[in-house]
Amino acid sequence: MLPLLLVALAPFWMSLFALGDEMNFPQPEFTSKYTFPLTTVPVPTSEIREWIDVAILLVVLSLASWLAVKKRSRRGLFWVMIFSLLYFGFIKQGCVCPIGSIQNVALGIFDTNYAVPITVTIFFVLPLLFALLFGRVFCASVCALGAIQDLVVVKPIQLPKKLTMALSMIPYVYIGTSILFAATGTGFIICRYDPFIGFFRLNGNSPYLYLGAGFLLTGMFIARPYCRFFCPYGVLLGVMSRFSWKHLTITPSECIDCRLCEVSCPFDYISKPNTGLKREDRHMGVRRLSYLFLMMPVIIALGGWIGHRMSVPMSRYNNTVYLAEQVVAEKLNPNLEETLETKTYRAMGLSESDLMAGAEKVRRQMNFGGWILGGFLGFVFSLKLIGLSVTRTQKDYEVIKPSCFSCGRCCSYCPSDEMHRPNFIPGSKPYIEALSLKDPNAGKEGQLAEKKEGKSEPAKV
Amino acid sequence: MAELVKQPPRITRFTFLRKGMRAFVGLILGAIGGWSAFGARRRNTVWQIDPMKCVQCEHCSTACVVSPSAVKCVQSYSICGYCLLCFGYFQPDADASLTSAAENQLCPTDAIERVFVEDPYWKYNIREDRCIGCAKCIQPCEMFGNASFYLQVRHDICVNCNNCSIAMQCPSGAWERRPASDPYMLKHKQDYPLNKGQGGPRNTRPINALNAAQLEIELAPKIELALAPPSFTSK
Repeated sequence: MLPLLLVALAPFWMSLFALGDEMNFPQPEFTSKYTFPLTTVPVPTSEIREWIDVAILLVVLSLASWLAVKKRSRRGLFWVMIFSLLYFGFIKQGCVCPIGSIQNVALGIFDTNYAVPITVTIFFVLPLLFALLFGRVFCASVCALGAIQDLVVVKPIQLPKKLTMALSMIPYVYIGTSILFAATGTGFIICRYDPFIGFFRLNGNSPYLYLGAGFLLTGMFIARPYCRFFCPYGVLLGVMSRFSWKHLTITPSECIDCRLCEVSCPFDYISKPNTGLKREDRHMGVRRLSYLFLMMPVIIALGGWIGHRMSVPMSRYNNTVYLAEQVVAEKLNPNLEETLETKTYRAMGLSESDLMAGAEKVRRQMNFGGWILGGFLGFVFSLKLIGLSVTRTQKDYEVIKPSCFSCGRCCSYCPSDEMHRPNFIPGSKPYIEALSLKDPNAGKEGQLAEKKEGKSEPAKV
Repeated sequence: MAELVKQPPRITRFTFLRKGMRAFVGLILGAIGGWSAFGARRRNTVWQIDPMKCVQCEHCSTACVVSPSAVKCVQSYSICGYCLLCFGYFQPDADASLTSAAENQLCPTDAIERVFVEDPYWKYNIREDRCIGCAKCIQPCEMFGNASFYLQVRHDICVNCNNCSIAMQCPSGAWERRPASDPYMLKHKQDYPLNKGQGGPRNTRPINALNAAQLEIELAPKIELALAPPSFTSK
């Protein structure tokens, strides 16, 4: 009867709830035998699971390296890719991945309150280490995002060089912004805009799934669009792969310039020999290069200034800064409707000076980071311009090392490789593709010119 | 004297630069990896809600990437008052008969199970397969009850996103990263400072500010019903 009585007298004691801490119902005194059940606490996945994942990553990377550099087997790399798609993609649901680990490492370095789990650091370092040793074997066979795009390649088209050059700035912007946002605690934008996570989780809201579907549909005709034009980790992998110790090569031995591999790369990462081409006037080339070197500090300064101007709008994505702005706006304009965040903030009774100090700190970090980010992008841009003005004499067909995913498609087109000679049976698909090249006469001129001049001169370093 | 023939160098400028850059880049990678690993925690972290900060805003049910949400209401059986008229179970305008009919319940998914123990005590269990973490039952329990209902992340469902999307939206900053060895923030009776063996720890300030007046108005008719002559059926 006691609860009923309390309820009956409610209007009287309910007014005391303003204090909150005192009025409540007493512990029941059970006459029958009653044991108080405990709240269930299902445990998260065990630590062993994370170390198993690290071990699997190591094994798969090693296997992919061997298959790419030693065996040069497209088939082997394909099946390793399928395994990675199933395991790192659908079973692990695409998280934690090396691409996202950039953010964890950035947060760990710049925020003393966050300590990166050691397994995540290993996920960050391991693919980069393998790229430094063997090239971007991670991209072809281990990355689940790459794998899902690779599977939908139907009819890859070749994009104009100007377009690909322009789009190739995007990964630098993406990685710079991700590091800045992660380090200031604003958010993990790589994770937020991961197009394929909805498929891996088999769950997601409409914008997520549309984004993923859009990438996959595009991927049917522009091979691996995320990998080529967006992936922030690709920036780091490219730097590593550029100086790799060993790398996948198109030919296992000598390149005979048969041109059969030209059609093999859906990503257009094979560079052709330039021995037959006419050289530019050296005087003009040097002048252009010196202009570019002189412009470099200007471009860097301009980039830094743009980053500085962007820092204020970017800082609004940070929760603390946004809340501080809302609070100030509501103070200045009493007609403004309260949001849930400002209501909660006021009700919690938090110190306003703390909030403003926190927001100021983020603003300062964003400003400093904006200068650095902009300057870095300016530096990258000027390096790209310089790269366009400098060429090395190239005799053989080579992969473009910083970009090549080491997928192994080109290997199966090379007749120097005994393993793939059976591909060149008349009537087989690689044979027919190799025959249907665009202008069969251009190469002949170059080869004729080479025969006339004798051996081409070695590269002038 | 025989002319000295210049031997071709064992290492060219090009290969020297390449090897040098490789070593340099490798060193940078090692430095970043080492810096990150220095002071790293051994185990992964998981997300959890601090029930003392939660304001029951309902974002947990909508923002989670898993559907239904990995956040669910849990019951603290040692704090619960086992009331006949549970404020967290019944709607403010519930019928006087106090049946478990849908229109009487606060819970939109019938996730609370009301079980008779002995007169006049009733036990309230959470059916986790139905709970969506909307916190509708928690508000009145915290305000008028013993605050035995509260939200917790259930780690058998949570996928442990790198940066939890609910955590980014939480207006009171109740989400924190916890070591995987201590993943829950449970309410224990003994944590409550004014505990006389009654009631539980709660975050009363936001509720008071946001909803107190409104809840009192809503509950008034229920109290009137309670005072009405027909007796309650203990069902």
